[in-house]
Amino acid sequence: MKMLNLTAGALIAATGFSSAAFAQTTLTMWYHGAGNKVESALINQIIDDFNASQSDWKVELESFPQNSYNDSVTAAALAGNLPDILDMDGPIMPNWAWSGYLQPLPIDAAQFKDFLPGTKGIYDGKLYSIGLWDAAVALYARKSTMEELGLRTPTLDKPWSKDEFMAAMKAAKESGKFDAAIDLGMSDKGEWYPYAFLPFLQSFGGDLIDRTDYQSADGVLNGDAALAWGDWWQSMFKNGYAPGTSEDPADHENGFIDGKYAFSWNGNWNAVKTMAKVEDVEFLPAPDFGNGSTIGGGSWQFGISAASKHADGAADFIKFATQDKYLAAFSDAIGLIPATKSAAQMTENYKEGGPLAVFFGLSQAQAKKRPVTPGYVVESKVFQKAAADIADGADVADTLDAAVDQIDADIKRNDGYKTH
Amino acid sequence: MAAIQSDTHRLRLIVRYLVLILIAVIFIFPLLFMVMSSLKSDHQLLADTSSLRAFLPVGDLSLKNYAGAFERAPVGLFVFNSVFVTGTTVLLSLLVCSMAGFSFVFLHWRGRNVVLSLILATLIVPFETIAIPLLLEVSKLPWIGLNGLEWGWLDSYRVQIIPWIADGLTIFLFVQYFKGLPGELIEAARVEGASWFQIYLRVVMPLSGPVIATAAILKFLVMYNQYLWPLIVVQQETYRPVMVGLQYFFQLSPAWGEIMAYLTLITVPVLAFYLVLQRAFIASIASTGVKG
Repeated sequence: MKMLNLTAGALIAATGFSSAAFAQTTLTMWYHGAGNKVESALINQIIDDFNASQSDWKVELESFPQNSYNDSVTAAALAGNLPDILDMDGPIMPNWAWSGYLQPLPIDAAQFKDFLPGTKGIYDGKLYSIGLWDAAVALYARKSTMEELGLRTPTLDKPWSKDEFMAAMKAAKESGKFDAAIDLGMSDKGEWYPYAFLPFLQSFGGDLIDRTDYQSADGVLNGDAALAWGDWWQSMFKNGYAPGTSEDPADHENGFIDGKYAFSWNGNWNAVKTMAKVEDVEFLPAPDFGNGSTIGGGSWQFGISAASKHADGAADFIKFATQDKYLAAFSDAIGLIPATKSAAQMTENYKEGGPLAVFFGLSQAQAKKRPVTPGYVVESKVFQKAAADIADGADVADTLDAAVDQIDADIKRNDGYKTH
Repeated sequence: MAAIQSDTHRLRLIVRYLVLILIAVIFIFPLLFMVMSSLKSDHQLLADTSSLRAFLPVGDLSLKNYAGAFERAPVGLFVFNSVFVTGTTVLLSLLVCSMAGFSFVFLHWRGRNVVLSLILATLIVPFETIAIPLLLEVSKLPWIGLNGLEWGWLDSYRVQIIPWIADGLTIFLFVQYFKGLPGELIEAARVEGASWFQIYLRVVMPLSGPVIATAAILKFLVMYNQYLWPLIVVQQETYRPVMVGLQYFFQLSPAWGEIMAYLTLITVPVLAFYLVLQRAFIASIASTGVKG
């Protein structure tokens, strides 16, 4: 009987050890791509490759629709139900880090030294998130229109000045060939506003908040430069150069393609579709309104939740997913800008001489992140409203003063968004 | 004189029909737009929105959007989830709320007016204000299921059903309706020796067709259109309902044709439910009342 017990014990021990050696610890992961067939296929491929590449970790994916993703994450954080790995839109990362949803990546930042600046989520001196791609905005134009209107083609080194840009608007309007000179996408009153239009304010010399300490917007959002931006912004609609906030959403997608507008201020995610329909489309850099030519940076990035007990495994996955071959695969499939130059060379569109290579240059040279502060989630909403109100004819100074008051009150209410 | 009266009558009829047609058009056109748009390509759909073509089956029509919708999202699963959650909640709600209403009207227990007032007071509390506390509560509740004792209700059907079974409005509807029932019926049944449960089941409920239909329709609409609650308590696709599923179609460039196809598909259960209940509703009205 004793012998039998010993044998059974040995068997159990042996089975236990062998299963431990082969068992993979499950890592849960959330991703914002539900409903996006191409993106889902790619992310699943990366996960399958990772799970097969080693025996320690097994990543299990749960996909969410992008529109409601942030609400799901916030609710899960409250209920203590966050996954190990999650992705997030760049500008919201500081808020989630400050709220305690995230932990810094246990990965040496030097590993990402070749990544585009917009793909690195650094808050409070620590790397919290890393992206496989960045996005960029450019001025869409037709070569034929540029020639007809006698306009100089701007370059990264020598973008249009404010005068040149306004002369282009005037020429396009006076040609009588278009419904309006430029489509700015005014119907999309979400994150598009700060992403696409804040760079104009920055180029005028203003900003959404004083970035030295992120404690106040006074003087930057309602200073002389910001007032000049507001007057110019309002003039774009008053003079009929751009359709206002009542623009048909369909026109931001198809207006330029259908020839309704001479120019479109649009993202690189629409570039592939536009190239297929407009043979001589060109992607031009943002104008320089006096303080440099700037566009918005920062797209979706991976991070690790503060609740994760397997940060090392999650970090292994993130390192695995940020290989050049996956950056290139994402770029080829969904048209976004790969995070590294070496990955860009592996893609059809972004390699040197490729039709979208200009976007890589734009992102590298001009991308400026939206304010890296937890308060950005409120500030972006305030900016959306102010930009829309000014476009609708509201008094510029009053609107910007009110926006500053709102932003400053929010910062005060949150005790300066100091880190815990 | 008779001719003038007849003319006035005809004019009134014409005006009445014109008003009715106008109202019908206002209600039918959005549905027509949805169905027609679901058959068009995105480009054509958007181009047609500026004219009456939006409501007509013109241009290149196909079922491609429907195929696209099924490819993009597990439509069948979402519809099943919503129908299951909605159906279960409606049935349980009718049972629980009618019993509560019965108790408030017919059982003369002490303090019932205070309790009823408290329940009615919940009508002025918007759900959004209690969503987060409720989320924290359900995330820690115990449950005994197939795997034994578990903690937390998140990611399940029960979390979408149980908190919605009893509500002030449905109880109020039953209370109001029961108050209007003839007291002689209840007294007669009591004299005959029926228990309260028998009276509830055999006397009161068979007479309550209209209120059951009304409460069921209202509850159905609330449940089928649930968005915020399932969004915050359900993280797994397996349990997602139709309204959260709708978000699958809003990418950077929304797939409008597929959105219309999806909306058409998820409207089918609502129409079916309404048609079934409409018959029950009419039948119950016809058979209600104390028969001579």
